[in-house]
Amino acid sequence: MYETNYHRASSVADAVRLKGASEESKYVSGGMTLIPTMKQRLAAPTDLVDLRHVAEMKGITVSGGSVRIGAATTHAEVAQSSDIKAACPALAHLASLIGDPHVRHMGTIGGSIANNDPAADYPSAMLALGATIVTDRREIAADDFFTGLFETALADDEIVVAVTFRPPERAGYCKFPNPASRYAMTGVFVTRGADGVRVGVTGAGADGVFRHAAMEAALAGNFSPQALAGVTTDPSDLLSDIHGSAEYRANLVAVMARRAVAAA
Amino acid sequence: MGVEGIGARVARKEDKRFLTGKGRYTDDMVVPGMKYAAFVRSPHAHAKIRGIDSSAAEGMPGVIGVLNGQQMLDDGIGNLICGWMIHSKDGSPMKMGAWRPLAHETVRYVGDAVAVVVADSVGEARDAAEAVVVDYEELPAVTDAATALRGGQPQLHPEAGGNLIYDWAIGTAEAETDAAIAAAAHVTEMTIVNNRLAPNPMEPRAALGIYDVGEDHYTCYTTSQNPHVARLVMSAFYNVAPENKLRVIAPDVGGGFGSKIFIYPEEIVCLWASRRTGVPVKWTSDRTEAFLTDAHGRDHLSTVKMAFDGDNRITALKVDTIANFGAYMSLFSSAVPTYLYATLLSGQYAIPAIHANVRAVYTNTAPVDAYRGAGRPEATYLLERTIETAARELGVSPAELRRKNFIRSFPHQTPVIMNYDAGDYEASLEAAMKEADWAGFGARKAQAEGRGMKRGIGMSCYIEACGIAPSAAVGSLGAGVGLWESAEVRVNAVGTIEVLTGSHSHGQGHETTFAQLVADRFGVPIDSVSIVHGDTDKVQMGMGTYGSRSGAVGMSAIVKALDKVEAKAKKIAAHLMEADESDIVIENGEAKVAGTDKTVPWFQVALSAYTAHNLPAGMEPGLKEGAFYDPSNFTFPAGCYICEVEIDPETGKTEIVQFVAADDFGNIINPMIVEGQVHGGIAQGIGQALLEGVHYDPQTGQLLTASYMDYAMPRADDLPSFKVSHQNTPCPNNPLGIKGCGEAGAIGSPPALMNAITDAIGNNDLTMPATPQKVWAAAHAAQ
Repeated sequence: MYETNYHRASSVADAVRLKGASEESKYVSGGMTLIPTMKQRLAAPTDLVDLRHVAEMKGITVSGGSVRIGAATTHAEVAQSSDIKAACPALAHLASLIGDPHVRHMGTIGGSIANNDPAADYPSAMLALGATIVTDRREIAADDFFTGLFETALADDEIVVAVTFRPPERAGYCKFPNPASRYAMTGVFVTRGADGVRVGVTGAGADGVFRHAAMEAALAGNFSPQALAGVTTDPSDLLSDIHGSAEYRANLVAVMARRAVAAA
Repeated sequence: MGVEGIGARVARKEDKRFLTGKGRYTDDMVVPGMKYAAFVRSPHAHAKIRGIDSSAAEGMPGVIGVLNGQQMLDDGIGNLICGWMIHSKDGSPMKMGAWRPLAHETVRYVGDAVAVVVADSVGEARDAAEAVVVDYEELPAVTDAATALRGGQPQLHPEAGGNLIYDWAIGTAEAETDAAIAAAAHVTEMTIVNNRLAPNPMEPRAALGIYDVGEDHYTCYTTSQNPHVARLVMSAFYNVAPENKLRVIAPDVGGGFGSKIFIYPEEIVCLWASRRTGVPVKWTSDRTEAFLTDAHGRDHLSTVKMAFDGDNRITALKVDTIANFGAYMSLFSSAVPTYLYATLLSGQYAIPAIHANVRAVYTNTAPVDAYRGAGRPEATYLLERTIETAARELGVSPAELRRKNFIRSFPHQTPVIMNYDAGDYEASLEAAMKEADWAGFGARKAQAEGRGMKRGIGMSCYIEACGIAPSAAVGSLGAGVGLWESAEVRVNAVGTIEVLTGSHSHGQGHETTFAQLVADRFGVPIDSVSIVHGDTDKVQMGMGTYGSRSGAVGMSAIVKALDKVEAKAKKIAAHLMEADESDIVIENGEAKVAGTDKTVPWFQVALSAYTAHNLPAGMEPGLKEGAFYDPSNFTFPAGCYICEVEIDPETGKTEIVQFVAADDFGNIINPMIVEGQVHGGIAQGIGQALLEGVHYDPQTGQLLTASYMDYAMPRADDLPSFKVSHQNTPCPNNPLGIKGCGEAGAIGSPPALMNAITDAIGNNDLTMPATPQKVWAAAHAAQ
């Protein structure tokens, strides 16, 4: 790891100020991607601004028919939250599948979606829940937030403060983990709610997480696994690597989607 | 057996320090003035070095020195060597290219070391290593062995034309084997790939080189399975220092699996750099360096023909194997696909004609050498996949086909050198089939089908050769060293006992098992017995631990030394009690005159030896004896493994629902430790069959599996609870009747698992690792 300066932000405004004080600075939350990358000398921020101790970014609240999860909330907190289990058990289930216990107690939802790893679990849920990403300066619809592999709509110094969503009537998540990393080789999050059916797919897309329009259409009239029979995914839009070809991932998208609907 | 003697399930003495974080590993060692090394490594798979500019690095904070391969050459440091000479069929010696500890002309794989930085901290050393500018002229690379043999491919070493190191054969004459195959009623033909593995011991490699200018003496702390061989090789071949000026210490070592047998560039460089810079130099590998530079295992491509007569008896076996050796010949690399592989191709079967041909090949990849099982897993995988396939082709039960061909009388001379001394293959087969409820499989398969799952069952009957072997025999086959072991038993004046052994424990539990031998012999508590190993200043000489040799060879040496101690102790006790020596028995911590109530406590016997006030006339004081033990043959553990799987046909995911291991290791000293060895071995075998595989980009030679993000190691939840049992035909050729157990699990399990998966999906065309993607594709192709 290259030498770096650590700063603990006390508020969102403090974090923005600290980050702005240095050109090569980065926000760090759980650090589950950034720290290993720095240890491998593949990232070299001169300054790290820690967001995990900002009070306004923490906690889970459900009120007025809306769920708000602070960005600094860990995966373990989401997985164990009785509020989340009541409002959207599929999301608690998703959080329980991320990494291992160490990762779940360090990694945060804000860090995960801001990093937008194409194999991360949360982005699929954000798309399928039609979530809103609340930053220090605006609100961004999930549909507009994830813009490509490790790319988001965030400005360089913009901070995800929270995510909000309306609990769906039904939701399910099914993930096929990569045998090595246990990231999602394919993960599908399905919801049915006031805005209809939404299907978010992670781990498989060549451009990162995506909504599966054909599946959404098929499920709109019949929210059952059988409705997905015959719905295919074009492999040319999917990732291919040493762990899984695009054709294999296309199959996994179909299988995981069926199982997610069955679980919803 | 007593509660701490031979056969007792004694909890491991060493686990307290390991489990509480009190183990002392090479990286824990701190000496005054110690500095840190970082290596500059090639980012290219194949390139000429046009120049190295260290000027910027030398001026960086904390930097003490930047050293390169030309300086090493100038100082007379020798090439790394392969210590086992193999001759090709045409009589020519193997073609070994030069391996410099720091490359100065050509780099041949990604990770090849070209320079080293010594600095005040690890961070400063790494910062400066990045500032060393190496001017490379890139060359085309080849990573696949079969490709490397073809014309027009990149050439790695001028000594080895066509990248061919040797073209070697063993067994029955080829023409005679071909004739038997031509006359056969049935021939099963297969292409068998044995996938390349990264060893991944929990503790990465490390070295601390200390040069003492006052004494002109070197000390090397290193992660070695055989510190004495390390000293011998570094002294005799690398000219680091004469043996009496070089102490090698391998303290606690966190796993080796073969990868820490070999001498690597880094320990030589740390010693040399310590002299060059005047400070102790420590290097510790990180995990990616380990993936890049630890010697890999396996990587064979073979074709096989197994011929049967009309009665389904095997009449001939013909094997052609291409072994990928990587960029350089590592210390034991040449022996692995020859005398540790082709000599086991008879398996558990009476086969009248066997011909095997092996070609060893250079490629632009990390060196390949022994990894848990070393050749024997490759032989077992080839044979057991082939005979299972033959059973399917012949329409007979795989158990029946094996039974019909089992060797049933001993000793048995195979056509490929080995002379099996003892075994009962049917016993292990029967035990495994019973434990696995083989007969009930059909019902379980039908039940699984009802749940949409494909269930399959597969078996594997393995044999291995352990405790290699008579020194004169291995010498005649090309080994550069003898393969005996030494021991010294020191009884202290108060009766506590130290056992010095040339074996090295890096997870095997020697501190417990070896102490059990002593406790058993004299009836003393094992807490009064200490095992000393891993330091060339304490133990005079030894050959180390690999190939499951510490039990059969190392403990046999201890038994010889114990015999001598017991004989002298009996003389002393007889003298003290005025009895006849032949009437003395030593048990329960005292010497007794048989048939009387006369006793002398053990400590009194020891004390008498050291006070020397009242010893038999002419007897030397003291109670300390040494022994060297050279085995008369290999030992031949064998067994039967049965694996049952369920495949999810929609995803290709394999779940192992049952795994049964029935092993014949001969006599067993500590069943709990043996079972632990079997569990670990099976986990590694399942890793090979289901998860692990080293991938290089075939064009660039870049390692694509350089971290756990891409290299899948088995985790606890990938594994079932193993059902382990033991059968016993004692080894007739060593005093304890033991055979060895360290590698069996890794040898027997991959074919059992692959036979089960291919049975489940109805498609035999599947290579390891059987990833979900491959199994899904094969299952669909079969429909």
